[in-house]
Amino acid sequence: MYKYNDFDTAFITERNRQFRAQVERRLSGALTEDEFKPLRLMNGVYLQLHAYMLRVAIPYGTLNSHQMHKLAEIADRWDQGYGHFTTRQNIQFNWPKLGDIPDILDALAEVEMHAIQTSGNTIRNVTADHFAGAAADEIADPRPVAELIRQWSTDHPEFQFLPRKFKIAVTGSPNDRAVTKAHDIGLRMIERDGEAGFEVIVGGGLGRTPMVGKVLRDFLPQADLLPYLEATVSVWNILGRRDNKYKSRIKITVHENGIEEIQRLTEARFAEIRPLFSGVDQEMLAEIKAHFAAPTFVTRDSAAFDRAYDTDPVFRSWADTNLSEHRAEGYAIAQISVKAHGQTPGDASSEQMRVMADIAREFGHDELRISHEQNVVLPHVHKSDLPDIHARLKAHGLATANIGKISDIIACPGMDYCALATARSIPIAQEIATRFDDLKLEHEIGDLKIKISGCINACGHHHVGHIGILGLDRAGVETYQITLGGDHTETAAIGTRTGPGFGEHEIVPAIERLVEAYLKLRDSKEETFLQTYTRLGMAPFKVALYGEDTRIKAA
Amino acid sequence: MPKAFTPKVITANHLAEGDVVYLTSGDEWTRDLSQADLLTDEAIAEARLVEASTQHHLVVGVYLADMKAGENGPEPVHFREEFRRRGPSNYFHGKQAATA
Repeated sequence: MYKYNDFDTAFITERNRQFRAQVERRLSGALTEDEFKPLRLMNGVYLQLHAYMLRVAIPYGTLNSHQMHKLAEIADRWDQGYGHFTTRQNIQFNWPKLGDIPDILDALAEVEMHAIQTSGNTIRNVTADHFAGAAADEIADPRPVAELIRQWSTDHPEFQFLPRKFKIAVTGSPNDRAVTKAHDIGLRMIERDGEAGFEVIVGGGLGRTPMVGKVLRDFLPQADLLPYLEATVSVWNILGRRDNKYKSRIKITVHENGIEEIQRLTEARFAEIRPLFSGVDQEMLAEIKAHFAAPTFVTRDSAAFDRAYDTDPVFRSWADTNLSEHRAEGYAIAQISVKAHGQTPGDASSEQMRVMADIAREFGHDELRISHEQNVVLPHVHKSDLPDIHARLKAHGLATANIGKISDIIACPGMDYCALATARSIPIAQEIATRFDDLKLEHEIGDLKIKISGCINACGHHHVGHIGILGLDRAGVETYQITLGGDHTETAAIGTRTGPGFGEHEIVPAIERLVEAYLKLRDSKEETFLQTYTRLGMAPFKVALYGEDTRIKAA
Repeated sequence: MPKAFTPKVITANHLAEGDVVYLTSGDEWTRDLSQADLLTDEAIAEARLVEASTQHHLVVGVYLADMKAGENGPEPVHFREEFRRRGPSNYFHGKQAATA
């Protein structure tokens, strides 16, 4: 993992000192809210429906056990004993008091964490594949590059007042687990003729105008990365619309100007600034890479795993569902679901955080990851330790075998917390999970991604859910629209709306009808919901939702 | 004919705590909606909003929220204000816990 150097430590200390003084001036009335708001946003502080909210960056989703313990301590000392993991691999605390936030930031700094650029019109926390450094299908670990981008973008003087926020994701694997095509810039690490580089994707995004990213450069040599990023962001910084915040993201700039024009301008700017990059960035990258050296994997007998797998059906179900293939023999990637049926997606109690931290320290090379799907990952565990790990997780409500299944729902905080929301998300996710658990259909249904947003901004990624749910306010009533056929992977697609929305009490039965239809329509148990939808299209699902009679009306 | 004025209360978030507050008839901020002043006259509502908005050393994000008269003072007419007065639905946190 990356370790702060003296510069990093001094920078964070000074930044925290400044913010403490800004909070004091706000509380004394010396600063108005208009003056203070941009300052608090730069430090991850929002004002939500019931309280302030602090969004803490978990760079590229990587945490060690000390950091997780510190998050637990913060949850207990300054919040309500829990934290909420987000789709940008961050953690949010929902109940801090403004006067306590400087102390929280100092506590975070003790474990090399901060909340800088988790909000505001800046380059946000860089996300990466949550299986980075562990996945069997990986070409290269994307985290050193993500860390380099973080250092470059943090407090970058040219990019502190961008037209809007800017999100970058990096994947080192052909199987895209980082949703790169729904980012302002998505970077896919690739190789060409033995040379390492990137495919650069630009202009993806969800929100009110969802778009799948387009290829800006099909092969960018590794050493050109920062000047090319700088060129791209600076082209948008000039062209991007500041007159209308709904048209300010780079996806609109690309759409309005055309990818060819953006390419031309980016290449021209790149040609200007490339000579100014002397290679220091590559020296830094080499240093950063050393921080991410793979753990020393050992060869051990995994008979304990086989025994548990053969004799304990609960363990077997968890292993089948929550484990992924590791690149080292005898190891596995274990996902810890923080989505027990009926729980709030992405929430972990301080006790659960401590349990996960201790397991990571004892069994997992001291590493944890937060996935954009709001779960926690143990990236490097030996199979022989998995029965013990599972038993400990189970004792703390952390052994739900539902990764990738119908109850593994992404849900934004919605109107239970968010000041922008138009409807609630969390109760819908809770009800869907509880309902399908009661029906005992989860594993029969197989892989299915439901994603729920409580407003058009799409923090819950509903556009790329196999089933997407969007909560809206229709004449003072919470109403939920359904989209089908979204895909967040390398074959990214935006879902299509089925028709009229459903009320709060109608949406879960509607989802049930969709799933029943799928179970009847699939050509085999192996055909997933998304495959069935792709094969048959919208029509049979529309009938399931609205009935034959309303078929035309709903079209 | 102009549309009838929907009664309103003045609401905001407390500067230090961040929680939801309402303006009383005595120009104090209360955490209890039933204590809020229900404004039935549009001109008075607008004037008091302007005045309340100057209190940036006490509150953040002052606005007028639609309400109706209930047995125990003002009551929300929209679900958003219902959640603001109660707290989140997934945990017993926020106002519902404070008043329990």
